[in-house]
Formats: sequence, C-alpha cells, structure tokens
Amino acid sequence: MSPRKAYETELAELDNLVAEMAKKTREAIELAVASFEKLDVSMVKRVEELDEELYLLNNDIEKRCLEVIALQSPVAKDLRAIGTYLKVITDFDRIGRYARDIAEVTAHTYTMAHIKPLVSIPHMAEMAEHMVDLSVKAFLDRDTTSTKEVFEIEDKVDSLYDEIFREVITYMMEDSKKIGIGINYMLVARYLERIADHACNICERVIYMVTGERVIKE
Amino acid sequence: MKNQLASFAALACVVLALVPLVYILFMVVKTGAPAISWEFLTNRTVGTGGPGEGIGNAILGTLLLVFYATLIGLPIGLMTGIYVSEYGNNKIGYTVRFFNDLLANFPSIVIGLLAYALVVNLLHFGFSLFAGSVALAIIMIPIVANTTEEALRMVPNSLREGALALGVPRWRTVLKVILVNGKSGVVTGALLSVARITGETAPLLLTAFYSSYWSASLTQPVASLPLTIFRNYNSPSKELLQQAWGAALVLILIVLSINIGVRLFLRNRTGKRKVVKSWKQRLSLRT
Amino acid sequence: MEAKIVTEDLNAYFGDVHAVRGVNLSIPKNKITAIIGPSGCGKSTLIRCTNRMHEVVRGARVTGKVLLDGKNIYDADTDPVMIRTKVGMVFQKPNPFPTMSIYDNAVAGLRLNGEKDWKILDDTVERSLKLAALWDEVKGNLAASGVSLSGGQQQRLCIARALAVRPEVLLLDEPCSALDPIATAKIEDLLFDLKDQFTIVIVTHNMQQAARVADFTAFMYMGELIEFGDTKVIFENPAKELTEKYITGRFG
Repeated sequence: MSPRKAYETELAELDNLVAEMAKKTREAIELAVASFEKLDVSMVKRVEELDEELYLLNNDIEKRCLEVIALQSPVAKDLRAIGTYLKVITDFDRIGRYARDIAEVTAHTYTMAHIKPLVSIPHMAEMAEHMVDLSVKAFLDRDTTSTKEVFEIEDKVDSLYDEIFREVITYMMEDSKKIGIGINYMLVARYLERIADHACNICERVIYMVTGERVIKE
Repeated sequence: MKNQLASFAALACVVLALVPLVYILFMVVKTGAPAISWEFLTNRTVGTGGPGEGIGNAILGTLLLVFYATLIGLPIGLMTGIYVSEYGNNKIGYTVRFFNDLLANFPSIVIGLLAYALVVNLLHFGFSLFAGSVALAIIMIPIVANTTEEALRMVPNSLREGALALGVPRWRTVLKVILVNGKSGVVTGALLSVARITGETAPLLLTAFYSSYWSASLTQPVASLPLTIFRNYNSPSKELLQQAWGAALVLILIVLSINIGVRLFLRNRTGKRKVVKSWKQRLSLRT
Repeated sequence: MEAKIVTEDLNAYFGDVHAVRGVNLSIPKNKITAIIGPSGCGKSTLIRCTNRMHEVVRGARVTGKVLLDGKNIYDADTDPVMIRTKVGMVFQKPNPFPTMSIYDNAVAGLRLNGEKDWKILDDTVERSLKLAALWDEVKGNLAASGVSLSGGQQQRLCIARALAVRPEVLLLDEPCSALDPIATAKIEDLLFDLKDQFTIVIVTHNMQQAARVADFTAFMYMGELIEFGDTKVIFENPAKELTEKYITGRFG
C-alpha cells in the first residue's frame, strides 16, 4: 500500500479502536452499576475482563499513536486527532477502572442488604452513562454541539453527589449498623462522579480536536 | 553478425577518410623536405627559377598577415561572441548571430573581393599587407565569435546568477567570472581560427597579392606561403617547384603545431593546479 | 513586529505566464520566514522578485511594489545592483566559483567589485566564514579550490560569500535540498544563529524543515499567497482549508 494510503488507513483504524474502547467502557459502567443495584456478583467477573481489555487497548492505541508521530510527522488536524487519541484513551481507561471499582464494591457488599430501594445512585449512573454516550458520539462524529449538554449534566451530577453524600451520612448517623453499606454507597457515588468528570475531559479533548481551541475551565 | 559487419564497414570508412591525409603528409614531407635548408628558409623568393630560391619572405609575410589579422579580428570576434552570449537574448542578438553564421560560410574569395573593393580601391591602399590582413580578419571574426559564444554558453548559468546575486554588475560578471570560466573554450577557438586563416589562399590573391622582396610595410604587397605554392605548383623550373613543396611543408608544420599546441594546452588546463601551502603564504606571494 | 520587506500587489510574469499573483506579504525583521508550497507555486519566483533577480531572465517582468525598509526597490532611481548587495541570495545547488579558492570565493562579492585592500579582505574572509560556521573547518587551507569541499561545506561557503557583502536580508532558495541530513542540520542551526543579525527568508519543499526552523510560514499555491502566520499556528491549526490539505499531504 502506498505510504499515504497506509497513513490514512491507520488513522481510520485508530478511530475505530478508540470507538471500541468507548463501547467497552459503556458496557462496563452498565454492568457494574447493575451488579451493585442488584448486589449480583455474577456480573463482576465480566467487568473485570472488560477492564483488562481496556488496559490492553490503551497500550495498543498509545503504541500506534507514537508510531504515527515518529513515522508520519502529522500536522494540523491529524496532529490534533493523534493528541486527542492519546488523551482520551487514558480517560476511557480510567472510566473502566472506576467501573471495575464499582464492581469490586459489589463483590464486598453483596452479603449486605440495601437500606432502601436505590434511586439516586441509579439516577446518577444514568446521567454518567448519558454523558459518556454523548462525549463518545461527539468524538466519533467530530461534532461539538452536544458537548455543552455534557457540561451542564456534570453540574447536575455534582449536586446529586452532594445530595447522596448528605443522605448517606444521615443514615449512618442514625444507625451504626448501616455504616458498612453507607460507606459503599459513598464510594460508588464517588466513582460515578469521577466517571462523569472523565466524560467531560473527553468532551474538552473533542473540542480541541475539532476546533483547535482549548477550553479553559472557570 | 550484423554488428561485426557494421563495425567493419565503419572502420573501412575511417581508413578511407584517413588515406588522403596520410597521402598528403607523405607526399609533402617526401617532396618538400629535400628543399628545406637554412638558406631556403632565409632567402627570399627571387622567382626567376634559378638557384638560391628561398621562402624566407613568404614565411615572414604569412606571419605578418596572421599577426595583423588577429590584431583586428580577434578583439572584434571576441566582443561579438561575448555580446551575443551574455547580452544577446533579444532581436539584436538573433540578428547578429544570423549574420555571423552567414559570414562564416561565405566563400573566401568573395571576402577577398570585398577587401579588394574596400581596402585596395576605395581606401587606396592598393595590394598590400593591410588589405590581406583585413580580408583574413573578416574570415576570422565569425569563427572566433562562434567559438567564443559556444564557450561562454557552456559556462553554467548558476555562476552568472551567483555573481549577480552578490551585487556584481553585469559587465564585471562577464569579465571576471564568465570569461575566466570559459577561458579554455575561448582560447581554443581563437587559436584554431588562427590556424585556419594561416592557410587561406583565395582572399590573398586579391589583396596582399605577392612580392618577391622582403617587406613588412602595411602598404606594400607581401609574399605568403599559400601563394608561393599557387605560383609555382606547376612551374617547369625545378627550383621553383621545390619552393612550392617546401612552402607547403612549412605551412603544414605551422598549422599542425598550432593545432597540437592547442590540444596540449587543453590537457594542461584540466591537469594539476599549483596549490600554495597556507593562505598567509599566498598573501605574501601576492605582496 | 517590524516588517523588513513588504510586497504590495506583487505580480511576476515570465512572458505570458503569470507566476506570482497579487501577493501582499510582510516579512518580519530579524526572523526566519519560510515559504512553502507545491512545485511551481511561485515561491522561488517570489523571492527572486525581492532581490531583483527575476528580471535577469529574458521576458520576465514585475508589477506592483516591493518595499525594503519602506522604499520601493523597483523605483526608477534604484540600482538593482545595490539592492542585490542588501538582499543576498543562496541557491539550491551550491555554486562556488570553480576557478577560485575558498578565500577568493568568500570575498568574491568584494573582489569582483574592485576591493583590493588585503586587510579588509582578510578580515572579511575570517568574519564571514565564522558567521557561516565554516571557519574552523577550512582555516587551515584557504587556498584550496572552492569546489574541493563537500556539498554541505560548499553551501556554507556560498552562505559566507553572500554574508561577506553585509546584506540585511538573506534569501535561501531550497538551500538544503541537495544536502544530506547532517549537513542540513548544520545549516538549520546556522540560520538560527544568524537571525539576530539578518532577516532570513527560506523557500523550502520540506515542511518539517519549515516547522523546525521558521518563526513564520507563508503558504503559496498557484502563484497566490494563501496563508501567512506564526509557524506554530500554521502547523497546529491553519486557518485555510487549502493550507490544511497541503500540510497534511492530502493533495499533490
């Protein structure tokens, strides 16, 4: 294949690989949250597998990106794309990690019982998943229009996190037997908040990739 | 098989072409050599057919004709060649080149006629060394112009551009860079043109005519080697006949030595250059 | 940013061929400006207009203005020879004068114009060869022929030769395209050191070179100036799509 053609094929391939990472990440979050909700241990293993796969994909994509830089000296749009790949694979890898962390919480708490039917946490999870969806779509379509929404949702996620925090503390202060599960709620909420934050990072990278502008957080 | 046939045919042609040359040389040396002696070379052409014939004045005449012709023709030819090569990328240049080519192919006797009309008659010089020189100069100019132009064209344009880009005016570029680099070609061309006019006969018939006496005057007719041959080629006199062949030999020797000299000169050009050890030494050499 | 050379609606023709079209370019002083673009886009022609070398070619002409420090170099009362001492040029293929030594080549610009003072010439040789980072390599044998040097050294000799006449601007037309990577790197380093004293314009085919070396980059296409700006901006986020296409190799 001609060098030019090989280059373009490689860029397209990298895009696909990052998309695959996004997909796995998505699956991991869903499974992890579901497993925590239902306190079902059987799903934990799958989440761990996904995390492994994400780790390998991270390494592979990074290696390939560096090769492209060394061999092709990408500039302008291509350069920004490669730079973006390098950063977002870290974000996806971290999201995968947090999903796994949530699954591990399940593994430690499945013997316990929920205080009440969970409402806020699944809500938070939904928002986090939605944010990840939007940011991945923005990435794949090279379209920054939905990024605004993502940033708005993040604010909501943050306030929901504060709410859950306060609610759980109340429960724990009421009844010290609930401290065990309470702490786990806080951990899961924390992980979800982190996931949301990484989704925002991805959006910032997409904005840079498409427009060349760097978002400055207020 | 065909290759061999072709090679053989080519070789045969080469031999055929060389035959006349070899024959001439052989004949001239054989017939002319006996005539050569110190007296022969220093006596004048008495022309009576008796003993004591020499070609001294003819040799002198030829040398003088060539000298003056070169004096006139070389600078003009050089300037023309330089002009056409360096400044002549325009209509004037094309015209000059065109007329130059035309002149180069003119029958030499017609040039002789021109010189006759101009110098001998119009300027009232009569048959003279000067008229002969003018005729030869006219023959020389287009040759020198052409070879000079060719030689200068061979100088790569990158040198011209390099010098111009340094802020060197065009005329200095031509003089100090182009000419210097094209030196070999120019000198070769000049020398070859000299060799050519040494042997020109027809124009001299109408201009320098002939003289049996020693003469270096510009306004008097003068003897020359080619015309010595012309006068005596079928003379009944044995002496005169020998004079002709002797003159032929001397003439050929002059022409050959110029040609061979040029080749040796060329070889030396591309040979070693004297390299001075240090630039301080070079500095002191200059001061 | 002070401009050293400004072109105003510059058009250059080779007979009927319109090689440079309405270019308005501002070359900043004491910086390195690179001009990139595909073959035949007019970049060489453009710089040759700034030192009045374009008109040397038969049938070539120029319209528009080229201002050097505010004065139009094409004014009727301006001597092209004078301009060429102010705006020096180094060519793609190193062209030291073959009949001259290294010494003679270095001071050719002075000598050919009649300078005879040995003190001045010696000083100039040392100064310009040092500027061109060639002094240490050749000081032992300045009498050697100019063409006996390696390609990279010959090119540095040509740079020294150009610098000897004390120009204000140095134009380089693809100076490294005939050189190996090490010689290229030496020349690139040299340019970086020179920009304090001179304004440098380099035409290059090699985009990585422009990216490495130049403070500003101009992109030309089919005789027109498409984009001009800070090199970092051009290579990270160019404003014009055509520029983007060219530098990412998506055409030509």
